[in-house]
Amino acid sequence: MKKENTAFRYLINLVAIIILMVVFVVLSFHSNNTLKLKVAPAVWQCCYLIIMAASLNLVLGYLGQLSLGHCGFMAVGAYTSALISLALQRAGFYTEKNSIQFAITLIISIVAAAVVAALIGVIVGIPALRLKGDYLAIITLGFGMIIVNLINNIPFCGQQGLAEGAASSALYANGLGFTNDEKQSFMWVGVLIVVLCMTTMVMFVRSKFGRVIRAIRDNEIATSATGNDISYYKILTFVFSAFFAGIAGALYSCANVSLATTSFAFTNGSILNSVFIVVTVVVGGMGSMTGSVIAAIGMFLLNYTIKNGSWVNALPEFLKNVFTYPMLVYSIALVIVILFRPKGIMGDKELSLFDIPGYPKRIASYFKNKKAAKEV
Amino acid sequence: MLNIKDLCVSYGAISALKGISLTVNDGELVTLIGANGAGKTTTLHTISGLLKASSGTIMLDDIDLQKTPAHKIIEYGMAQVPEGRHVFAQMTVLENLYMGAYSISDKKKIEDNIEWVFHHFPRLKERSKQLAGTLSGGEQQMLATGRAIMTNPKIVLMDEPSMGLSPLLVSEIFSIIKELQKSGITILLVEQNAKMALSIADRAYVLENGKISMSGNASELLNDERVKKAYLGA
Repeated sequence: MKKENTAFRYLINLVAIIILMVVFVVLSFHSNNTLKLKVAPAVWQCCYLIIMAASLNLVLGYLGQLSLGHCGFMAVGAYTSALISLALQRAGFYTEKNSIQFAITLIISIVAAAVVAALIGVIVGIPALRLKGDYLAIITLGFGMIIVNLINNIPFCGQQGLAEGAASSALYANGLGFTNDEKQSFMWVGVLIVVLCMTTMVMFVRSKFGRVIRAIRDNEIATSATGNDISYYKILTFVFSAFFAGIAGALYSCANVSLATTSFAFTNGSILNSVFIVVTVVVGGMGSMTGSVIAAIGMFLLNYTIKNGSWVNALPEFLKNVFTYPMLVYSIALVIVILFRPKGIMGDKELSLFDIPGYPKRIASYFKNKKAAKEV
Repeated sequence: MLNIKDLCVSYGAISALKGISLTVNDGELVTLIGANGAGKTTTLHTISGLLKASSGTIMLDDIDLQKTPAHKIIEYGMAQVPEGRHVFAQMTVLENLYMGAYSISDKKKIEDNIEWVFHHFPRLKERSKQLAGTLSGGEQQMLATGRAIMTNPKIVLMDEPSMGLSPLLVSEIFSIIKELQKSGITILLVEQNAKMALSIADRAYVLENGKISMSGNASELLNDERVKKAYLGA
């Protein structure tokens, strides 16, 4: 009985994924200006934000270690994939982006980005994970800054990143970077990569490894007493998380015209920085993969409406000033979420398609209980 | 089975163990009693590899435990129930038990062991889906003990299983320990509750200021005047 139930669940989830993919494939070949200029870039941005948040959640939510340099791994991935695609283009491997050669280039650069980021993850993880709590946070913060400076000073990356370095060609003309047209027609690729990454991460968390990792978060002494090598599992998770941050970096260089190291700093005015990713994970719920997805999309939409919404202009002057500092708005959003849902939007629960039919009932009983509590 | 010789351990300049020797034979229940700060927990931590000894040897059959990393020791058949229980609060009772079975790859064996634990601790079976953090102190102690048994150990080290439990629960836990011994597991029990420990143990060692001051048959020690005065409050 129970086994059939699991098989049925897998089937339903598979169908849901196929429907999602069909929708995006159809959208990809549908020509429409709003779709091209607004939806497609937004989808790409959401893609790498989701992978970033989910991969940080492995370390922050499941392993319980605070890492503040997650964007450093993303930078490594972004630059690796961009340089590889530029090199292949110069070698004349592909000329246009609708060819099979470009598909191969895309796969090579994504895999390379992930592997290089994971290698850096090993190098950083082995010394860093001997430390705990605040000290680990400080060392990862330092790593994020070091990576940015390293990339700035490597000759072929250039001071201004790839935009003006020795490899100075605008990324979209020659490398991975997509134009708006291409962003739309390749939209389904981004979504497919997100689905694959999320599936792998959820499987990792549900596996035997995932259980040890949650055990380490709960109690390190007891985990050691049950015969598990704590440092091995810590580094494994850290590297796994860096691997996916590398993939997110490759997606980032697909979605952008040029790379600049400031985008990967500890904090900056835009949407992509290590603090922002940490905030996203906390808002979504530490230890909830679906929570990370929801929060990543939510935070992106918040960012989008702040920057492009006409409603901001309609606000009174003193409120409008608040919205010129996006980081301030994210902090306020964080405070509001923590006030009402201290464990984040999803807590440590997952959103399952099978729970949705039960929601009306649960919401009704919630209000009933509240009313009953008031009457008492 | 377990053989400790002239073990010295120090925390910096302060020496906590000043050359203790003890043996635990196959199938025995040996208890190590002593007052606060006598070095009981230090002894256990050194055996399990959490602390490094400055001199002396610890042998489990023919394996030198001091050269084995902490997480490997369990593979040689030595499990431990840490002091203060240390269950995984955010995981269910069943998941906690599965955590104990990581060194076993045979699935059938794991299921058998879980069956065995549930047979001896029916209370855990009732609550197998409950989060371990919501269990009472006694139930958590049972869970920690059950988790240690999941590895099929030859010898179990127990650190103060009676800590913070009511007298009724203490006697329940001790009868379970006695039962474990009957099923063929060797046990080294570290306790403050000297009376209870001595009443179930075969042999006992009394630790005082990092040295073994007395050793011998548990029932004899229970009636020894000096032990009575120091630990039994009589």
